[in-house]
Parts: sequence; C-alpha cells; structure tokens
Amino acid sequence: MPANPFNGFTDFGVGIGLRVPHYRHILAEKPVVSWFEIISENYMIDGGRPLHVLDQILDRYRVVQHGVSMYFGSPEPPNREHLKKLKTLVKRTQTPWLTDHLCWGSVDGTYSHDLLPMPYTFEAARHTAQKIREVRDFLEIPIAVENVSSYAEFHASEMTEWQFLTEVVELADCGILLDVNNIYVSSRNHNFDPLDYVNGVPAERVAQIHIAGHSKFEKYILDTHDHPVIDPVWKLYSRAIERTGRTATLLEWDDKIPSFEEVHNEALKANQFVADMAVTS
Amino acid sequence: MNLLEIQHRMLDAVMQPLTDDEQMRPHARDGKSMHDVAAEFIKPNDRLSSFERLEIYNRQYWFRVLASLDEDFRGLRAIIGPRRFEALCKAYLIECPSESFTLRNLGSRLEWWLRSHPEHLQPRAGLALDMVRLEWAEIEAFDGAAEPVLVPGDVLASDPDPRFRLQPYVQLLSVHYAVDDLLVAIRKDDSDSEMASNAVSERGKRTHLRKVARQKPQAIFLVVHRVDDSIYFKRIEPEAFKFLKALREGKSLSVAVMQAFEGRDIQENKLLTTVQGWFENWSSLGWFCAPNSTDQDFISASGRQS
Repeated sequence: MPANPFNGFTDFGVGIGLRVPHYRHILAEKPVVSWFEIISENYMIDGGRPLHVLDQILDRYRVVQHGVSMYFGSPEPPNREHLKKLKTLVKRTQTPWLTDHLCWGSVDGTYSHDLLPMPYTFEAARHTAQKIREVRDFLEIPIAVENVSSYAEFHASEMTEWQFLTEVVELADCGILLDVNNIYVSSRNHNFDPLDYVNGVPAERVAQIHIAGHSKFEKYILDTHDHPVIDPVWKLYSRAIERTGRTATLLEWDDKIPSFEEVHNEALKANQFVADMAVTS
Repeated sequence: MNLLEIQHRMLDAVMQPLTDDEQMRPHARDGKSMHDVAAEFIKPNDRLSSFERLEIYNRQYWFRVLASLDEDFRGLRAIIGPRRFEALCKAYLIECPSESFTLRNLGSRLEWWLRSHPEHLQPRAGLALDMVRLEWAEIEAFDGAAEPVLVPGDVLASDPDPRFRLQPYVQLLSVHYAVDDLLVAIRKDDSDSEMASNAVSERGKRTHLRKVARQKPQAIFLVVHRVDDSIYFKRIEPEAFKFLKALREGKSLSVAVMQAFEGRDIQENKLLTTVQGWFENWSSLGWFCAPNSTDQDFISASGRQS
C-alpha cells in the first residue's frame, strides 16, 4: 500500500538509515535521497552535534523515526520520561509514522539493550497490543511494529510468528514494519518457509519494509546489518511488494559501513523490483 | 510458564556473566544446570540445543555492553590496562546493570561504584578516578542542552547584583592529575595507530601515562565545554573555578565573587579587572544562558525568588 493509515498516508520511496560516518558527505554533497530513517534514541538528547546535524538534515530531507528501546513486550508500563523525550523528538522531526520492534528487552527497569523475542502466546499478544495503544495515544502518530530476527523459540508459543504479529497488530490496530531480512534470518534459524510468513501477514497493514544483510555462521544466522542484501532476501522483498504494492522501503547498514554511495546504490536496487512488479501487474 | 516468568528467567540468564572463554556458564546463580534452565523454556532445534540458543543472547548482551563502556572510557582503559578494564567493567555491570533505555547512560554510576571498589584501580586509583570523572563529564558536555546565550553586560545594566545561569552543557571538574592532557594524548595515539602499528601506539600511551602518573598530585580546575559541537578542556584558576561553582549553585554575583576570593588579600580594582576578564572570556565562549521562562525572577538577586 503506497499510502495507508499506518504510514500517515504518505508515499515514500526507497530510503537509507542516517548514520554518523555519512554525516559529512550528506551535508556537503546534498545527495538526492527519498528519505532517511533515524534511530530515535540517538537524538533523544538535549543538545550537541547529533541534534545540530539532524536539524540540517530536516531542512532538506524527509525523516522517519525508528526506535530500538520501546520494548512493547516488556512487562512494565511505558516509561513516561522516555515517552516525553520521544514526543519532543517527534515534534522536531514531524515523522509521519514511528516504528519500533515487536519484542521485549527489560524487566523491572533493568535493560538488556537487546531485541529479545516474544513467546507467541495470546497473553503476550494482548499485553503487547495494549502497550502499543498506550504509546500511540501519547505520541499521537501512527505506529508500526517490526518483526525481529530471533535465535530462540519458546515452548510456551501457541502460534507461528506471523500469526502472533497479525494478532498483535489487529488488537492494537497498528501498522507493520515488515523486515524481510529478519524473516529470512528467523526462517533459517527456525526451519520455516519464509514465503509462508510473507504471505501470512495482513498486507494492508504494512507501513514500511526493511531490507538488510546478515552474517552466516555454522549453525545459525545472525542479523548483523553489515553486508549487502542477498538474493533470497530480494526475492522475499519482491513477493512482499507484490502483496502490499509499492511501499516505503529502507536499507539498514549498521556495521562495517561502506561509503554513502555504496549504501545508497544497494538500497536503490529495490526500485528494480518495484519496476518489475509494475510490468508484470 | 507465563510471559512474566519467561521474561524473568531469560533476562536472568542473558545477564549472567560469561566464562573466561566467552561461553555461557554451565550453572545458574542458584547452582542449577543451565542446560536444564534453558530447556525449561527454550526449544532446541536440529542444530542447536536450548542451552546454545540461549547462549547466543547471553554472549550478545555482554559483547554489546562491554563494547559500549570500552568506547566511552578509553582513558580509564589505557590507565589500568585492557584486561583489568574488562574485569572492572564486568564487575560494575553485574552490580549496576543498565537502568536506562539508552546505552549512553551505561557509565553514569561508574565513578560512584568505583569509589567503593578502588581495588580495581590500584596502584593508580587517584589518576584513574580523575579520568573516569573527566570521561563522564565529556559525555555530559557532548549532548547537554545549549540554551540561548546571554550577554552579561545587558543584565548588569539592569541589576547590579544578578544571578547568572551557566549553560547546561558546561561541566566543572576539579582533579588532581593532568588527565586532560593524558586523554588528548591517548586519543592521538589511538588515531595514530590507524596508520602505525599497535605496538607503537601502546608504547606511546605508556610513555604519556608514566609521565602523568609520576607528577605529584596537584589541584587542577577544568571546564569541559563545547564549541561548534566539539568538546574542549579548559584549565582555569582556582578563584575562577570557585566563582563558576558559586554561579552554578545559584549564588548572586556578589556572593560568587566573595566566595571566589575568600581569604585572599586583593585590591578592589584588581578584583574588578579579574572578574571582568573572566566574563569577557566566558561570554565569548557562550557559557552564560538566559534564565528559564519559568524562573524569570531568578536572575535578580535583589528581587523576589520564584
């Protein structure tokens, strides 16, 4: 869906993550980029260079906020101080929608700083959906939740991951940030067909898509965001946009970050799949 | 097992320290086998046992938090050495795990914790503690708020004894060792090492360290501040430091002057010239800011306090 309630009825193209090693290049060369995704937590501060750079980026580019620490699945209620800082940033960036992960990462105020997987239970879905609603009501913007890469499954799970994702977003009435690389990584780690996942999510709720690279180890795959996107992930992307239509797409590259051009060119490969889809449809 | 029970068990396991060869420990804190603990809530697959799947998260946790402290406290690491630094960080994180949504605050309690664990810093405890304080001040100065700059002359024209606010990002630090010079030298060695060998860089660090550690402890007064988004360390005189501390505590100009020169026999015109010089210099650096809209009265010492 190019524009839907979950991405603020916007029609964004292919963007990349705003990363520190690219600051100088972007500010000096002012490359044409459809939009940038920022990690909210890097700018939930009171001053200094990060905010100074962000303001210059905002003068020229569209920015969408992506969070890594809201932990919708954590047991404690949303932290008010965290929410206030996030809302201050939302007002600054005018992000049309906001994303964070469908995961947990803290208990009783102790933080793991990791995106820990949820047990796929109805209890967990209800709890998580309630928190998403609370956060959305406070921030007053659409929210989309991202499926994470995972390395463990729980005995307690009562459904598949995509059924759980669907249950949560339906209960919360929120959007999905569909990470096709994470689907691929989890499918290899948990022996399921990634196409079942892509075909199983409610396409009308997909606000945005993530693509990325990963690292392969002997017995599992780790979501490292330090490589180009591999062909099987592009195939999943192709199937995803076949179902959703042209959707705001973002390449994540967070480690061993190459030049701006290399990252941007990798992201722009997504346009070819959009074009192919237009031809075949 | 319900959601909360799973989360408690998993977080407990994930945050348990790794073995020396970076594996998950075979036993939980209560002595139970970690294989049994993991198997209770995590499914195995055809390649990995429940233990091995949980271990991935255990290792990722420690790699992430240790890398964060390593990045923030390079100076401390150089003083006590990489091995002892890692041991210190592990001990600190076991007692003070993160209580913030952001890794930026991971080292916020390090100075406090080290004061009750000086054994991690011997034999250079004083120097190491000064370095920790400087590195934390730098973090605070890097992203502290910068408010609209105030011109002191404008205020003095309307109030003979005003109160001034220092920019929130300005950090005042009193230390006993030249950790400012040492940190700059360590950073330079680190950046040179990108071009030279690690051995050359480590040799350079040791030389700088020995030089600073050999110096007799002396009072050094520092302002850690920001110009054009870059951090600077500025040494100031003891009187200037006392003066700025008094202003930060909300004292009026006259009280700050009195505290700064307490016990000093100084001629009034000399005192006036000194204070004027400070204001000129610090104003040019933008260290003074306008009062908050909620405390407009704060600036006037003679008026009603809000």
